[in-house]
Amino acid sequence: MAAPAQSVGVPAISSRLLVLSALSVGLLLLLAYLVGFDQGAVSQSGMYLHELMHDGRHLLGVPCH
Amino acid sequence: MRTFGSLLVRGLIVGLFAGLLAGTFAYVMGESRIDAAIAIEEANAGAHTHDQGGEHEHAAEEEPLVSRTGQKAGLFLATGLSGVALGGIFAVGYTLLRRKLRTGNDAYAALGLAAAGFTGIILVPFLKYPPNPPGVGDPETVTLRTVTYLLTIVIGLLAVWAGVALSRWAARYGDVARLAGGVAGFVVTVAAAYLILPQINEVPDTFPATLLWQFRFASLGTQATLWLLLGFGYAATVARRPSEQKVSV
Ligand SMILES: [Zn+2]
Repeated sequence: MAAPAQSVGVPAISSRLLVLSALSVGLLLLLAYLVGFDQGAVSQSGMYLHELMHDGRHLLGVPCH
Repeated sequence: MRTFGSLLVRGLIVGLFAGLLAGTFAYVMGESRIDAAIAIEEANAGAHTHDQGGEHEHAAEEEPLVSRTGQKAGLFLATGLSGVALGGIFAVGYTLLRRKLRTGNDAYAALGLAAAGFTGIILVPFLKYPPNPPGVGDPETVTLRTVTYLLTIVIGLLAVWAGVALSRWAARYGDVARLAGGVAGFVVTVAAAYLILPQINEVPDTFPATLLWQFRFASLGTQATLWLLLGFGYAATVARRPSEQKVSV
């Protein structure tokens, strides 16, 4: 008897899925960059966001000062 | 049927909560250490200006862009946004890798992936370059420290992959070989990278060792909190009853 077809609960791998995945990861890495490394170039807030998130950077283990 | 979008949104939401709760841990366990480190930093800076004589420039007297109170609130913004980013990336990883994770249980798959992520992204970098509180690092080397830190993340993920790959290959020789293969693949990759990567030791001899390690454990605890909650939270959102899993797509 063949094993019952089991759904794995995720969509099948397709080129559309891969494009969506790459776009999402790209945007999310940009967000992580904003928290961990940006010094105003992305946020366009000068050093304000950089300084605001300073303690978080240290406690999240990102190299700082 | 679960779409890419619904799997991603689960990760973003779980990540946000995991990040905010990790921020609470960091606030309680870490902020007093950061305050203490900044006090030492400012005392040293003051001493230096006095040594040089002449005009007394007190760094502390400059109006900072964000006050210490503001930075303590900003901590939650930082951990919350990190949680969203990590949760989203985790969800994409889960979606793409679910078929490769050899378990019929979606919750176990999510937990295994979170354990792998924590090991590769947090633990491997932590052991090579333990994080430092304010005032310890040399500002001149921040680029080197950033590049090596990011490299340790890539290497950590590679090491986990190597461990899994070797363990699956060795499984044909039995259970002991499977375990030994997994450990060997991971440890050899990490050890080789640790040897090749440069040593960085910028902690001044005068910096209190107890405070240094209290800060480091607060940092590790913050990230462990985030990943534990992300793993269990995501597992809870994808968990299905066994009966549901038999239903075909
Ligand atoms: Zn700093």
